[in-house]
Amino acid sequence: MALKQTPSQTVGPYFAYGLTPEQYGYPLKSIAGAEMRGPDTEGEAVRIEGQVLDGEGACVNDAMIELWQADAHGRYAHPADPRSSNAGFAGFGRCGTGTDPENRFVFETVKPGAIADGHAPHINVIVFMRGLLTHAYTRIYFADEAERNAADPVLSAVPAERRDTLIAARTEDSGQAVYRFDIHMQGENETVFFDV
Amino acid sequence: MSTELSFNRRDWGTQPPYLHAEYKSTARRGPTRPLVPIVSSLSEVTGPVYGHESVGELDSDLTKNGAKDGEPLGERIIVTGRVLDEDGRPVPNTLIEIWQANAAGRYIHVVDQHDAPIDPNFFGGGRCLTDADGAYRFYTVRPGAYPWGNHFNAWRPNHIHLSLFGPAFATRLVTQMYFPGDPLLDLDPIYQGTPEAARGSLVARFDIETTEPEFALGYVFDIVLRGRGATPMEG
Ligand SMILES: [Fe+2]
Repeated sequence: MALKQTPSQTVGPYFAYGLTPEQYGYPLKSIAGAEMRGPDTEGEAVRIEGQVLDGEGACVNDAMIELWQADAHGRYAHPADPRSSNAGFAGFGRCGTGTDPENRFVFETVKPGAIADGHAPHINVIVFMRGLLTHAYTRIYFADEAERNAADPVLSAVPAERRDTLIAARTEDSGQAVYRFDIHMQGENETVFFDV
Repeated sequence: MSTELSFNRRDWGTQPPYLHAEYKSTARRGPTRPLVPIVSSLSEVTGPVYGHESVGELDSDLTKNGAKDGEPLGERIIVTGRVLDEDGRPVPNTLIEIWQANAAGRYIHVVDQHDAPIDPNFFGGGRCLTDADGAYRFYTVRPGAYPWGNHFNAWRPNHIHLSLFGPAFATRLVTQMYFPGDPLLDLDPIYQGTPEAARGSLVARFDIETTEPEFALGYVFDIVLRGRGATPMEG
């Protein structure tokens, strides 16, 4: 390799007007927000919500979460996916934790399909915040997919006692499925982060 | 779904660690357990795609996109460069988002309470797309230094925040560009948190060729994203 990777640096506390301007009320169009689902998006409507907690269990109010996911058929809207989706679902969302009264991130999306046989449905997650010099990668799996979760190659590579940190519990709110996924940066229940 | 495509892992010889004691916020926020290596799949080699429709006409000119009744104060600059991968291949058509303080060192962000003036003609956020050669170009003003609470008399060096996607989820990068000769670099725990051999690549180069006569100083900042891996991955 001829060149060295440019080092990452923290997103800092003041990212909102550049990266999530509409959510925070700044006069710039956002390229992505927390509403990932449109009225015509195929699949089961789900809400993904959670908090980011630091090593003392304090809720982080200046994190930014990005989600990247396949559509309900397991297809990514990207040219490297040969089945490339034409459903109009971009699959990318962004949410800062500074606007919700409980400092949650709350995404409205659809449950992704599995990308292939033998894989469990999942959403890819990036965590950014002040105090993270390099972003952290994790994944959301779904509690109601126990059978497929058990066979998933990425989840299987995670030490058994830590797998639960990647599994979002399912509840319902006015008939809509809600998955809760808290991200523990440190501590006994430290979320599994991946070397992607 | 199998894919032949993969990307090199993050190079921890250039990427900063999660825990860096001098940067105090890392102590309670940086993951402490070893990262779990992921079996690369379509999930990592795909990523959000943004095209020209996502960039407005003035988005790359921060001297104009926040102007209300005049020009922003400060030293007008050009920030330009190329986005490449580790093999030197250009990364075309990728979105770059930037944000920065104004010339006085004040962010428009409501949380920023630094006692320095807001510039009514400067917003500080912008974006552009790289061209077919991976080249990008912004017009802006040189951001000022600002104090922060990390330690007594802590000041951030002049910097511009940049966010890039590259071709995949794996190539995502958020970084900061610094200015040559800034005396605060030696004292900044964020800059210093970067492996020593790689720090210099975060500092832009002043370039008289890029400088526009009677108008703006030119700075060149090239960005290197993770390159394509050699080993085909299953999944
Ligand atoms: Fe900053």
